[in-house]
Amino acid sequence: MARVALNYIKRQSPVHELTGTTKLVFFLAWSIVSMVTFDTRVLVCMLAVGAVIFKVSKITIRDISVVLGLAAIFLLLNNLFIYLFTPEYGVEVYESRDVLFTIVGRYTVTAQQLFYHLNITLKVICVVPIALLFIACTDPSEFASSLARIGVSYRAGYAVSLALRYIPDVQREYRNISQAQQARGIDLSGKDKLLTRLKNSVAILLPLIMSSINRIEVVSNAMELRGFGKEKKRTWYMQRKLNRNDWLAIALAAAIVAVGMTVTFWDGSRFYNPFL
Amino acid sequence: MAQPIISFKDYGFQYRAQASPTLHHINLDIYPGEKVLIAGASGSGKSTVGSCINGLIPYAYPGESTGELWVGGKDPKKESIFTLSQIVGTVLQDTDGQFIGLTVGEDIAFALENDCIPQDEMKLTVEETAKLVDIDHHLAYAPHELSGGQKQRVSLAGVMVEHVQALLFDEPLANLDPAAGRVTIELIDEVQKRTGAAVIIIEHRLEDVLWRSVDRIVLMNEGRIVADMPTKAFLADTKLLEHGIREPLYLTALRYAGVPITEELEPQHVNSLRLLEEHKGQVRAWYQKNEGLGRAKEQRRELLSVENLSFGYTSDVQNLKNISFSIREGEMVSIVGKNGAGKSTLAKLICGFEKPTSGRICLEGRDLLGDTIKERAQRIGYVMQNPNQMISKPMIWDEVEMALLAGGMSAEERRERVEDTLKICGLYPFRKWPVSALSFGQKKRVTIAGILVQQPRIIILDEPTAGQDYHHYTEIMEFLKGLNEQGFTIIMITHDMHLMLEYTPRAIAFCEGELLADTTAAHVLNDPALVRRANLKETSLYTLSMACGIENPQAFTERFIAYEEAHRQRQEG
Repeated sequence: MARVALNYIKRQSPVHELTGTTKLVFFLAWSIVSMVTFDTRVLVCMLAVGAVIFKVSKITIRDISVVLGLAAIFLLLNNLFIYLFTPEYGVEVYESRDVLFTIVGRYTVTAQQLFYHLNITLKVICVVPIALLFIACTDPSEFASSLARIGVSYRAGYAVSLALRYIPDVQREYRNISQAQQARGIDLSGKDKLLTRLKNSVAILLPLIMSSINRIEVVSNAMELRGFGKEKKRTWYMQRKLNRNDWLAIALAAAIVAVGMTVTFWDGSRFYNPFL
Repeated sequence: MAQPIISFKDYGFQYRAQASPTLHHINLDIYPGEKVLIAGASGSGKSTVGSCINGLIPYAYPGESTGELWVGGKDPKKESIFTLSQIVGTVLQDTDGQFIGLTVGEDIAFALENDCIPQDEMKLTVEETAKLVDIDHHLAYAPHELSGGQKQRVSLAGVMVEHVQALLFDEPLANLDPAAGRVTIELIDEVQKRTGAAVIIIEHRLEDVLWRSVDRIVLMNEGRIVADMPTKAFLADTKLLEHGIREPLYLTALRYAGVPITEELEPQHVNSLRLLEEHKGQVRAWYQKNEGLGRAKEQRRELLSVENLSFGYTSDVQNLKNISFSIREGEMVSIVGKNGAGKSTLAKLICGFEKPTSGRICLEGRDLLGDTIKERAQRIGYVMQNPNQMISKPMIWDEVEMALLAGGMSAEERRERVEDTLKICGLYPFRKWPVSALSFGQKKRVTIAGILVQQPRIIILDEPTAGQDYHHYTEIMEFLKGLNEQGFTIIMITHDMHLMLEYTPRAIAFCEGELLADTTAAHVLNDPALVRRANLKETSLYTLSMACGIENPQAFTERFIAYEEAHRQRQEG
């Protein structure tokens, strides 16, 4: 089997033991705060809390290294483009301008711009590990019921669950089809021109789509035959009751939101400005 | 007499998308506790009858119906599919596709969740039902960790939690290896005995279903019921032969020997046969008379050789262990064994999709290791199980030509090659047609043509006849036999014991990554120990020959196959 870059990693840890609902609530709260705030103090504190959670979860950097690597590349590009398009954005935000040196033309490096980049980077470093942790520590079986518990319609929630169920099947199918098509002279390696490669990928996608449509028909028939969608609500085999630790975690999430937002907006701006 | 649980009265049905009705004047009553087999060729309407019973018609497949249909005293047209699903539980054909939950427990609980059953109660019911079908030790397993047979148990448990009054099985044997299929039939039988539900099995593999007794057989053809009678009477009637259904092999053998098939013979199972001494004498006489029959092929030179091949997808599991065998030019060989025994993996290694951990694969003495997939494909063609997994062009001509486009051939050369291939495959008259206008069997030919056009020395086919009724099965296999006679070497991965016996003189059996046997097909199926280890199923011919006191069952099987082949040729010629 192909190595999956990111999936549920079964371990014994307090983070794993929390219910899916708790983790989902925590993850959402965390994401909102770190997306909204540009307050360096808040971000640094969250980073510290995040590091502790990561440690407790018994998930190692190595487990999620592939995705972390991708995230790092993305972050780098993100920073690069921000600088390329808006080299003076930091100056605008922090309403001061301390030039450190000039690269060429309008591309001056200012302390304000660097500080802005630092905040962007902190935000990503705050969110990404927690997001990965959420996926790595939550039993996929609990996703759907967790979504339902926070008020998402169970039909939508179940769509997530079904995707998790069938993605590996579709991946396997893709591999089989692509191997068989390669044997018929369809080359997907980098040797051909881009246009040829695009054309060739159709040779795999068409059969894959046909077989997926067929799969969808089978699944939806099977679900209807077993009464999916009969009632407004449904119960969940894998749902667990919230216990003390769950409430503590939810309380922590609430505290992070409250404190983070208060500190952030104390002076009326999302940004913490050390330059004034 | 009790009320029938399912009752069709002069029922007809036409799908909305179809120009003419699929079902005509269906009259059928099924009573509580009965076990009924609905048989018929593909397109006979047997699956449509199933969809009427479980409510997919008209809920998922709308159309016009005439006459009456009552399911559990209710009219499906007026009820929701949910009401029906509490009366009739359906196990679909695709063991993998109908597995909805992420784990066994969740899948079994699915219907209960939809009923809003409280969790504690649900867990209990799941536990109990899982025990009933013997899957209770696998509740936390994901579908990919289960075998096809186990997945089917889960599906069965998943509908049994509803305490349904009738269980409907749509081609339950299609995706299983022979031994797993047999276990399934036994399981259905046990479940019925314990729950007392009516059981309806839709299947064209008659002999396999009859492994456990069935009360009644309903035979369908072109949307009509052509026979509805008790099993014994049904088998004594030769009607079924005209409708693309294959009669059990032991009965064919008896008929060849001149034994009349009557109800008194108890023809419903090979073990129940009441053969008189006179009958046994007839069988023995037939056996002796056909002594000359049997296959002897001259030994050709070696084409493909596999030497000490080992392979594992991950470093800690060995999917193939030290495999060695060779294939001679012009051979037709079956590769058999349990699901997951390494058969498909072997094909992937030969085609170069995966690289062996150790060992060599040589074609005409030359090691293939350095060749790319594309280079190998010029000599070894691979045909996937489902033609829809391969067809990627809307037009037949383009689909067949595809493999040549990358080769830098001139348009003229390409045209010639494609034309020749289409002629070989009997597709020349359709060369301007779209693929979508073809039947399943014809599509299969198109995919084979798409491979043949590269003029490979060897063709490997994965389950060439899976899910096909006897008519299509014969069509595909006779076509492959024709190719083989034209000099193509053919290797088939198969679960079909009839296919192996009838078409491939030689069989290679696998079990858990090891090569168990490399011998004649007749020998494989007449060696009880081998049959067990490779998850196969001995043929009823073996049992019959033992019952008639023939000391060499293998020779009996070989003579039967040769006789049948000659018989078929006489009929065609």
